[in-house]
Amino acid sequence: MKLLIKGGTVIDPVAGKINKKDILIVDGRISGSGHNLSRSGAEVLDAKGKLVVPGLIDMHVHLREPGFEAKETIFTGTRAAARGGFTSVACMPNTNPVADNAAVVSSVIKRAHETGVVRVYPIGAISRGSIGEELAEIGDMKESGAVAFSDDGMPVMSSGLMRRAMQYARMLGVTLISHCEDKNLSSGGSMHEGLVSTILGLKGIPASAEEVMVSRDIILAEDTGCRVHIAHVSTAGSVRLVRQAKSRGVGITAEVSPHHFTLTDEAVMGYGACTKVNPPLRSDRDLEAVKEGLADGTIDVIATDHAPHTVEEKDVEYDLAPFGISGLETAVGLVWTELVATGVLTPLQAITKMTLNPARVLGIPGGTLEAGADADITIIDPELSWEVDPKLFASKGRNTPFTGRLLKGLPWVTIVGGRVVMKDCKVDI
Amino acid sequence: MAKLKAQLLDQEGIRRSLTRIAHEIIERNKGTDNLALVGIRRRGAPLAERLAGRIREIEGRAVPVGILDITLYRDDLTTLAHQPLVRSTDVPFPVSGRTVVLVDDVIYTGRTIRAALGALIDLGRPQVIQLAVLIDRGHRELPIRADYVGKNVPTSRKEAVSVRLQEIDGEERVVIMELD
Amino acid sequence: MGLSGKDLIGLRDITAEEIKLILDTAGPMKEIIARKIKKVPTLRGRTVITVFYEASTRTRTSFELAAKYLSADTVGLAAATSSVSKGESLKDTARNIAAMGADVVVLRHPMSGAAELLARSLNVSVINAGDGAHEHPTQALLDMYTVREKKGRLDGLKVAIIGDILHSRVARSDIWGYTIMGSEVRLAGPSTLIPAGIEKLGVRVCRTVEEAIEGADVVNVLRIQMERQQQGLFPGLREYSRMFGISPERLSLAAPGALVMHPGPINRGVEMSSEVADGLQSVICEQVTNGVAVRMALLYLLIGGSEQK
Repeated sequence: MKLLIKGGTVIDPVAGKINKKDILIVDGRISGSGHNLSRSGAEVLDAKGKLVVPGLIDMHVHLREPGFEAKETIFTGTRAAARGGFTSVACMPNTNPVADNAAVVSSVIKRAHETGVVRVYPIGAISRGSIGEELAEIGDMKESGAVAFSDDGMPVMSSGLMRRAMQYARMLGVTLISHCEDKNLSSGGSMHEGLVSTILGLKGIPASAEEVMVSRDIILAEDTGCRVHIAHVSTAGSVRLVRQAKSRGVGITAEVSPHHFTLTDEAVMGYGACTKVNPPLRSDRDLEAVKEGLADGTIDVIATDHAPHTVEEKDVEYDLAPFGISGLETAVGLVWTELVATGVLTPLQAITKMTLNPARVLGIPGGTLEAGADADITIIDPELSWEVDPKLFASKGRNTPFTGRLLKGLPWVTIVGGRVVMKDCKVDI
Repeated sequence: MAKLKAQLLDQEGIRRSLTRIAHEIIERNKGTDNLALVGIRRRGAPLAERLAGRIREIEGRAVPVGILDITLYRDDLTTLAHQPLVRSTDVPFPVSGRTVVLVDDVIYTGRTIRAALGALIDLGRPQVIQLAVLIDRGHRELPIRADYVGKNVPTSRKEAVSVRLQEIDGEERVVIMELD
Repeated sequence: MGLSGKDLIGLRDITAEEIKLILDTAGPMKEIIARKIKKVPTLRGRTVITVFYEASTRTRTSFELAAKYLSADTVGLAAATSSVSKGESLKDTARNIAAMGADVVVLRHPMSGAAELLARSLNVSVINAGDGAHEHPTQALLDMYTVREKKGRLDGLKVAIIGDILHSRVARSDIWGYTIMGSEVRLAGPSTLIPAGIEKLGVRVCRTVEEAIEGADVVNVLRIQMERQQQGLFPGLREYSRMFGISPERLSLAAPGALVMHPGPINRGVEMSSEVADGLQSVICEQVTNGVAVRMALLYLLIGGSEQK
């Protein structure tokens, strides 16, 4: 089984290079790359004018299975990932039951093998039930295949528990992903606290609710030596704190979601609940700071925080709607339109933050096109303009604030282990 | 735009008509006892004031004058392209038991007068209601007729009668217009 | 001449001309309320449904009277607060209303944005009778009507709004309305109850209640909800009353003949003393009468005219 990707512009984050060349895939692995590779016996993909990059990795998605299959399943979620150009996703443990033990972790992996079309890496819970009281069996879950640990969706409010979790995670050599939110400051809030929340009369979530916890986790990371990854950074203050911590040599990494570098709280005008997300869409100043953080390397990773919900759940009063945006299928378009086309990031930087960097944070394979590596490859058409239409999503979650938005840049082909799982927006070919 | 077809009354004509109507009102009601005038907004209002002035000159006695806004009583609100402004009704005397003369500029279909009768009766129970108009142009759609008419003018439905009064329009005449 | 939208959700997107039209129309309506026979046939055959997810006898009664004086039929849809939390969707309520064939829906709801959500899913007119901490436009309109009636104008007047601005939909609608009409608005209240960025709406946030009242033509006092103290938003009613309560002494700082207003119901002795509430400068009772007139005007302007809006 041979596949030749011909004439594309290849972006290789490991080598830090961009050049035009062919890539040959043999039996699920990258066999080599070069100019004018022989096409004998190979199926050929003509990638002229397209970008050939390592398979994209989304280290922050909610696949909702088990327990919330009306919102998403591993079947639909991995198809959404494939359409979004992702060959690997790491899924958060806030399912029902919570992935706070080896059995649930194993079952997610099993279901992913049975029904998924991209690689699925489960993230285990930090605390039992993610309720922030007792440590979950992190060691067991690691053995079963969990790649990192997080109570995402819920902050670990107890500093004592967080410190012990970090000590324990350090022993195991795994990364903790922190959802930074001080509930005492955010409780009851639906959107960013600012002029717009004042106009709309919605309870605000101040930027400080995030920043207080980012500070705490930096201090604890420094104290324990644990690798800590700050999920969905949304404020200027958080960017500044992470930047300072990195300059001191603290082992900390950070991610941002596309909606936080694209939209501000202005989008909430009109109360469309598809703009309700946690952390909330912030101010102009925060959006600019997040972009600066991406550009100067403070923010290592772009992750979608894909959080699908049903239409019925979102079509309600703003305060009653659940938090979350369905993000897998708009990520590449937003990165290219908002960051690359505008010069915030080079194509190489953008791809690095969606491939190599998340692979390193999680300690999983990926981010490379070297010979011998698994053939996880994404081919992007950077020039294609398209309009976001959630009706076409593979995800069950149609909850996007980007409906009708024109984007430039769309994944054309997604290859997982040498198999084309998505081409021309169609999955399962 | 509508174009001018003919002039029906000039300033003098209006004055003479009102004077005659004032005499008729006094004669028909045998004086001014218990009499009140109520003008229908907009052009009925200044006409009522003028009639009251004329009656005072003739009889030497003042007659109370009120203004009726009939917007809220119209039966055609839902069919009008533009919603009419509601203005105030100002009838500063009890109407119950009185002889009330309603005053308007033109009577046409009769619907305005029907609305005015409704509006007036909501204010109380007059003993008698009479109607005075400057122009009767025919085409009645309701069984209503005027007791006092300045001038009867046969018209077509494609025409409009425009009463122009100094107080509102800055000129004084009655014209007939051709509608497109 | 008419209102531009099918609904009245808030005063944020309304023009000075539209506010003026509503207030001008409310004048003749007030004359009707003063009659012995308080009824005109204008809205005969029209139906007004009041949907109240929060108890508010005063506002509901005011809307119902307004509708009845104009000969509309009124129906109250009893919507208990509990059904909201149970997840019975507002959309379903909307579908039921549409099926019943109402011409206007008057909605009171504890959550901001509910009126807009309802308006989006209905073809008939929606009047917001208060949604969460968002807006309460008819209250602001009746406030402005009352002030204009007493002072002859709104332009150039100094209006002080005192109390819990954070949770007040009345304050927000008042701020939009008064600033659109050219009044100068000052706010005072505990700093924990002043919402973020409100000064950007063109109002002055004062550090003390005295600063806000100084020279004011209108002193609009908001109700302080006891539950805000339990939430820890201010230390206590005694201190609140001492620091922000309107006493005759504080009122004397206002311009001569300043009007004292309150959207009701009043916590006497907390946000204002009884002397002030019942004093010569108080127009609190007239606000209630004017509320009916303003709501009549609004009903007429929304559904009294042509159907092809």
